Amino acid sequence: MTNRLDGPQDPRGGDDAARGSSSGPNQAHGASLDLSDGPPPPADAEAAPGTTSPAKSDAGPAPAASAGPSKLGPPPTMAIWFLLPGALLLGAMVIYPIIYSIFRSLYDGTGDTFVGVDNYAAIFSDSSTLTTIRNNLIWVVVAPALVTAVGLIFAVLTERIRWATAFKLIVFMPMAVSLMASGVIFRLVYEQAPDRGVANAVISSVDGLFGSHQGYPDARPRENDQAPVAAQQGAVVTKQTAKPGQAVLIPLVGVKPDTLASAAAAKAVQPGPGELAGTVWVDFTQGGGGALNQVDGTEKALAGVTVEAVQNGAVKATASTEADGTFRFAGLAPGDYTVRLPQSNFEAGFTGVSWLGPTLITPAIIGAFIWVWAGFSMVLIAAGLAAIPRDALEAARIDGATEWQVFRKITIPLLSPVLLVVFVTMIINTLKVFDLVFVIAPGSVQPQANVIALEMWRVSFGGGGNQGLGSALAIFLLILVLPFMIINIRRFRRDNQ
Amino acid sequence: MTTSTLGAPPRSALGRIVDRVGGGLVQAALVLIGVFWLVPTLGLFVVSVREETANNSTGWWTAFTKPAELTLKNYGDLLATGFTSSFWNTVFITVPTTLLVIGIAAMAAYAFAWMEFPGRDGLFLVVVGLLVVPIQIALIPIAKLYGTLGIFGSIAGVVLFHVAFGLPFAIFLLRNFFAGIPRSLLEAARMDGAGEWKIFSTVVFPLAKPAVASLGIFQFLWVWNDLLVALVFADSGNQPMTKALQSQMRQFGTNVDILAPGAFLSLIIPLVLFFAFQRYFVQGMMAGSVK
Repeated sequence: MTNRLDGPQDPRGGDDAARGSSSGPNQAHGASLDLSDGPPPPADAEAAPGTTSPAKSDAGPAPAASAGPSKLGPPPTMAIWFLLPGALLLGAMVIYPIIYSIFRSLYDGTGDTFVGVDNYAAIFSDSSTLTTIRNNLIWVVVAPALVTAVGLIFAVLTERIRWATAFKLIVFMPMAVSLMASGVIFRLVYEQAPDRGVANAVISSVDGLFGSHQGYPDARPRENDQAPVAAQQGAVVTKQTAKPGQAVLIPLVGVKPDTLASAAAAKAVQPGPGELAGTVWVDFTQGGGGALNQVDGTEKALAGVTVEAVQNGAVKATASTEADGTFRFAGLAPGDYTVRLPQSNFEAGFTGVSWLGPTLITPAIIGAFIWVWAGFSMVLIAAGLAAIPRDALEAARIDGATEWQVFRKITIPLLSPVLLVVFVTMIINTLKVFDLVFVIAPGSVQPQANVIALEMWRVSFGGGGNQGLGSALAIFLLILVLPFMIINIRRFRRDNQ
Repeated sequence: MTTSTLGAPPRSALGRIVDRVGGGLVQAALVLIGVFWLVPTLGLFVVSVREETANNSTGWWTAFTKPAELTLKNYGDLLATGFTSSFWNTVFITVPTTLLVIGIAAMAAYAFAWMEFPGRDGLFLVVVGLLVVPIQIALIPIAKLYGTLGIFGSIAGVVLFHVAFGLPFAIFLLRNFFAGIPRSLLEAARMDGAGEWKIFSTVVFPLAKPAVASLGIFQFLWVWNDLLVALVFADSGNQPMTKALQSQMRQFGTNVDILAPGAFLSLIIPLVLFFAFQRYFVQGMMAGSVK
């Protein structure tokens, strides 16, 4: 159950995580043999320490690597024939290139002149390669932690949900999609115009839910002496004060017709006793006609405008205009008020976050990276969770521990090997990240989004034509990955002891 | 929360209500997250079947109210650009690579798991180390090598590169699996006088079907979805779909009507494989997660 998304179909599946290790020595036979479910192959212990529960770790056959020599074994020369094809390929195409690249990185772009460590010096002095290093640093610091955290949250949330399988399939699906296609997908998601890109459409509708302010960036009062209102530091204020019981007219012009297409006709308002009321509308009748500074009945209302009643410079009440442009302040103390439409009414509405612009590009691509890798993280961690012995959790609960304490003090420590595997895997992936950056960042923003792996390709093949610098970047990348190579080797040796 | 048979503390009515509401919240959150995860791919699909003018003026989600905008024209246009040939290039690169990796790695894995030779453990540690080597390291040297051999730009060159870089993971995964096969089975076969090749091909390899399936699906997806290797080693006549799409990215805005159906076509086969073999996919992922 732990290792497949459609768990319940597995006849051996179910709640056997805790007794996984006790299912007998015969596992290695037959079709139910697999790498991560039962204990059979030591692969469990070697490949993904995290997937082995503490209950399992001492089970399983002794790894063959440490087993004694077989009496009936074939002569060592025999092994050569089995190893030869693989060894030739690995030698010629992986190991030889490493050595070649080390030497190549010490020569200049054309490969004719020995330049020593100049290429490496260039990496750390050139501002564009420094940007790539900075970006990789951001990636390594942010992305692995986020992917691990998201995977942990999803794994915990789905643990007791009946339709977890469907959820896991959905979240896991991007793993099968090429990063190229993911890039196209996210180019569409991140389109800037809120009526085209999903990300900005969501933000703009959430924005609309809370703020509900539609900006009227072009609205302004008429600039003549008859106009009852005037512009003042971006706001619009009445020239004369009004008392409760009076009606206030706020005629504006300059609003584009298409903004008003669905606006209702403005209505004049009759204030109740002690009430300051008025109308905000566009004092312009299409096709002519209509009296200035009067609500004619055909003219359009400005809905959703914030209106303030101001006395001695202090805002005493705030209202918002209705669909017909009217507003009312009830319960004002008697006195003289200026009515003001604050500047916020005249700011442009939401035009979309520039996800693919130079500042947000790396976070935006990291978002796509999380979309791709969260499933990997979730599935591994869910397997780890399922392998935690239930007894330990129950014992703690009986002792009165809260769910949060159980999670913090028992689940997380027991889960730490898996979390580490996910985290390290993601660090390696972020160091090598190439496709997503290459595809999602538009050409003009690529210098700001650039990472080492992409820069390596760019300088060597993508028009740069400097294979000396390219080799140095490749070696630099290898050096960055080296610690994780050593971690893997040590972990493997330890697990094989 | 689950009420375990193992003496869970009796819960108060209040506790149960809190659990119920909490469970509801969790479900609601998961539905939301699921939608969140699905929407980008859904958007790609809808864009791919919408008229170009509609895509340029409004968001794809408005298509649900205006089904008249939907059309297969984009797919027709895409196929007219010669996308079919890059589809076949992808197939011709992916299938041989997958088969070769399985064959070559299985032999090496068998030697590592069941044969004695000096330096075996050290050699295997080298394989473990090679798991994380970035392919960037080999781009320049292999480009030079292929130039000498005259296979630069060819499908054979792309396949060979993928095979070499697929081997460490494949050997690692299969060797760990082979090592779990009971020794008695092999000893019995050796007693009967079976040769190593016979044991490998008739005893060990057939037993390893689940591991081979895991490896196969992984390798297949990895190569099918590759961009970088194709970018360097495949010339335009041999380019797979990823590279063909990439060359259209420069004018993303004007090419959406080709890019969206292309991207969608390129991900159909991986998705079908993924849903059909997800079990092996997950197993391979877990077994190889040191990668």
